[in-house]
Amino acid sequence: MRTVPTATTGRIHSWDLSTGVDGPGTRFVLFVNGCPLRCLYCANPDTWHMRDGREATVDEVLAEIEKYRAFITTAGGGVTVTGGEPLLQPAFTAEVLRRCKEAGLHTALDTSGFLGTRATDQLLADTDLVLLDIKSFDVTTYRKLTGGELAPTLTFATRLDRLGVPMWIRYVLVPGWTDDAESVDALAGFVAGLGTVDRVDVLPFHRLGAAKYAALGVPFRLRDNPVPAPEPTERVRDQFRAHGLSAY
Amino acid sequence: MTITAAAEHRTADAWREFAGTGWRDHVDVRDFIQANYTPYEGDATFLTGPTDRTRAVWGKVSALFPEERRKGILDVDATTPSTITSHAPGYIDRERELIVGLQTDAPLKRAIMPNGGLRMVENSLKAYGYEPDPFVTRVFGTYRKTHNDGVFDAYTPEMRAARKAGIITGLPDAYGRGRIIGDYRRVALYGTDRLIEAKKAERALLDACASSTEVIRDREELAEQIRALGELTRMATTYGCDVSRPAATAHEAVQWLYLGYLAAVKEQNGAAMSLGRTSTFLDIYLQRDLNEGVLDESGAQELIDDFVVKLRIVRFLRTPEYDALFSGDPTWVTESIGGMGEDGRTLVTRTSFRFLQTLYNLGPAPEPNLTVLWSPQLPFAFREFCAQVSIDTSAVQYESDELLRPCTGDDTAIACCVSAMRVGRQMQFFGARVNLAKALLYAVNGGRDEMTGEQIATPTPPLTGEYLDYDELSAAYDHVLDWLARTYVNALNVIHHMHDKYAYERIEMALHDYPVHRFMACGIAGLSVAADSLSAVKYARVKVFRDATGLAVDFRTEGDFPAYGNNDDRADSIAVGLVESFMAKVRQYPTHRGAEHTQSVLTITSNVVYGKHTGNTPDGRLAGAPFAPGANPMNGRDRHGVAASALSVAKLPYEQARDGISLTTTITPEGLGHAPDERAGHLVGILDAYTSAGGFHMNVNVLDRATLEDAMQHPDAYPDLTIRVSGYAVNFVRLTREQQLDVISRTFHGSL
Repeated sequence: MRTVPTATTGRIHSWDLSTGVDGPGTRFVLFVNGCPLRCLYCANPDTWHMRDGREATVDEVLAEIEKYRAFITTAGGGVTVTGGEPLLQPAFTAEVLRRCKEAGLHTALDTSGFLGTRATDQLLADTDLVLLDIKSFDVTTYRKLTGGELAPTLTFATRLDRLGVPMWIRYVLVPGWTDDAESVDALAGFVAGLGTVDRVDVLPFHRLGAAKYAALGVPFRLRDNPVPAPEPTERVRDQFRAHGLSAY
Repeated sequence: MTITAAAEHRTADAWREFAGTGWRDHVDVRDFIQANYTPYEGDATFLTGPTDRTRAVWGKVSALFPEERRKGILDVDATTPSTITSHAPGYIDRERELIVGLQTDAPLKRAIMPNGGLRMVENSLKAYGYEPDPFVTRVFGTYRKTHNDGVFDAYTPEMRAARKAGIITGLPDAYGRGRIIGDYRRVALYGTDRLIEAKKAERALLDACASSTEVIRDREELAEQIRALGELTRMATTYGCDVSRPAATAHEAVQWLYLGYLAAVKEQNGAAMSLGRTSTFLDIYLQRDLNEGVLDESGAQELIDDFVVKLRIVRFLRTPEYDALFSGDPTWVTESIGGMGEDGRTLVTRTSFRFLQTLYNLGPAPEPNLTVLWSPQLPFAFREFCAQVSIDTSAVQYESDELLRPCTGDDTAIACCVSAMRVGRQMQFFGARVNLAKALLYAVNGGRDEMTGEQIATPTPPLTGEYLDYDELSAAYDHVLDWLARTYVNALNVIHHMHDKYAYERIEMALHDYPVHRFMACGIAGLSVAADSLSAVKYARVKVFRDATGLAVDFRTEGDFPAYGNNDDRADSIAVGLVESFMAKVRQYPTHRGAEHTQSVLTITSNVVYGKHTGNTPDGRLAGAPFAPGANPMNGRDRHGVAASALSVAKLPYEQARDGISLTTTITPEGLGHAPDERAGHLVGILDAYTSAGGFHMNVNVLDRATLEDAMQHPDAYPDLTIRVSGYAVNFVRLTREQQLDVISRTFHGSL
């Protein structure tokens, strides 16, 4: 890619290629390290701390992406920066997104929005799609579930709407935590009020990260929490659909 | 009318409405197709479901499958060596069948074909509880030499040793070589009278030639071809079909074509008995009948469904050892579908869709082996339909039309899995494969086998260092591969000389041009093990452990090394180098009948058996552990997803592996996207991108719930089953039972 090289560095966990689960098409997915939240259901506890990542320059990352440029372009995909929380390293994330955008790639940012204020308007201008994880629409539940506050996420969502940045809302369905019909309905109402939301992904909670917790010696507090059955999952999707949203 | 005038009249009627001239003057099916076919750019909505008749016929024959599975074979005629005309006609349901003809006088009843080898027949019979027939044993044991006898008369001790050690395996020296595709379409388009006439004309050209060994052989073979066409005509008569004349309707076209194919599978127990590229050819006849108003869509689909029923019940008598190598009783009735024409028009027709529709109308099945010749230029609706069929059935494989068309043209068909040839103009000598991983161990051990300690390859000094040295190992490996290529090609020459002599494919070759272009199809197995082992030696440190005789029997890797399958040039270039270097070595040795050298990177399911016979390797793979199939990265070492491993495989150069490079991918529905209605589009994107990157072949497995449940019960059978969820991949069989249940409920929610 013909872009100006820079020396910006970040702490990254790994990269991967996925299809249709981290934005549209087949995508290069960059996992960065470090996250201010501690979601109880987190599947990637190995990305919590920046210190656990390895240092990488933007040039290095872009060189790796270059190896997939033709593939992901033909396959209708792009690049997704996820984590961890990409906005914990806003300069690095901004630089990766800018360089990808300059290279003509579709760019996506997967974030909780908790650190939305750290995203500059320029960063968002270089982002074709934000995958916005709204963990819960209930302030108390949000705090218990993530250790953080809900308000910054909602503020960020309205800012994205104002700036015209397309969004996919991601909602992890955790039985006993986020399956309360009233709360889902309230969230659906809020989301339906945003003009730039293309779709809502309802993601059933899974326990596949258990082995990582064991390896890190960290307790996985939702280890025995049930996973959602198909019917309630579909019910939650229907709740979003009832607000005119397309939900999967 | 005179007899000739009557024949001309019949031909004129059979060819009514057809355009073009070249194909009328000489046998040229491609020219006929190009002049007459109707490309179809639309979607799948025109397709129809199975009729009651189709359900009844398929129900009747599939009711026999459970007993066949239980017993291994349903029945066998042990007393009648099979020829084109050896058996009385047989039927599934005479009143209802549209397309008739069975290999023997009853469905699923197998035949014996001792020309390939008597022992194979006898062992197979005994394995399933049948007594070999004394008369057959006397004839083929005393009076009639077989292919197998011939080969062992001419093998050298070195060839026998290499074969026994398993460094060269799966050689067609005791069974039919297969992978020859007769142009069965010719029977429908021209009728056998015209084909016999053309063969006589070809033979007459040799009358003026001096009677050299080659010319005598060609004359004899052409005489056999003419005889076989006569036998095909007689066999067809017993089914009430006059194939001496061209087919005049779509029904006849399917029937004539099938009878041509049936003659081949009555006489040859070939490893792969592939069909060719028939759908667009047949579409011309179906379209004409639809235009004439004598057929409707349901009737057209019914003909294809009934044809496919017949293709699904092709059976051969084989030993349990053979089945261990190629599990699942495969016949590789490969049908190549789709592709683009050299003039830029797509070769997709409605009948391309109809063939794929059989997977819905009759349910999924591995045979016929439906193979889509993929190009990003194919009509989008067809690409999307293929992807949806893959997602629903996992029963479609893909080959790059972008690589095939420039090499073998737009009338290419695939034999077996990945072997390309121009239909009716090219054939191949199937050569199985050599074990590159074992060869690497021979390099370490000076040509001794790591399992037995026996000297197999020409002795060289063994490597004696405590740690393997990359340059030293590379040089020793090069020597072993020289020896291997020489032994291999010379063994193949013996095999194919004898196969031509004692088990010649008369009817299949009668449906080829003379002279025919031949390929010598060599092959390699264990590519990823060999590449990773070399990478380990180059980028990490590999310590050698030797037994009392100095034989290296184990290795310990210290440090990390890049593995093939991660789109990392450091490892991938090693794999590319191995493919290039072995091909160059193979090319140094002259072949039987001047065949053009090719090679494949393909194992089908024999990767398990190859692994079983190969010791510990420097990449950390344990003795006996399976290899990865074909050109796949080693199980679990591709860590960045399907796209990354596909791009590694796509680096292997097709021009140095013209017999095909096979990649098998396993994806869960979730791995193709969170939203079900987007998955087909995503798979189209992956196939387009892989093809554009130079990828040749992809088997696409989209796993269903039953497979995952089976994997829970039989984890050993699913060592490489990877489950992808958002941003996260795990090896399924390493999950706890509870997690596996999680995955199943998560993956299949709402889709049942």
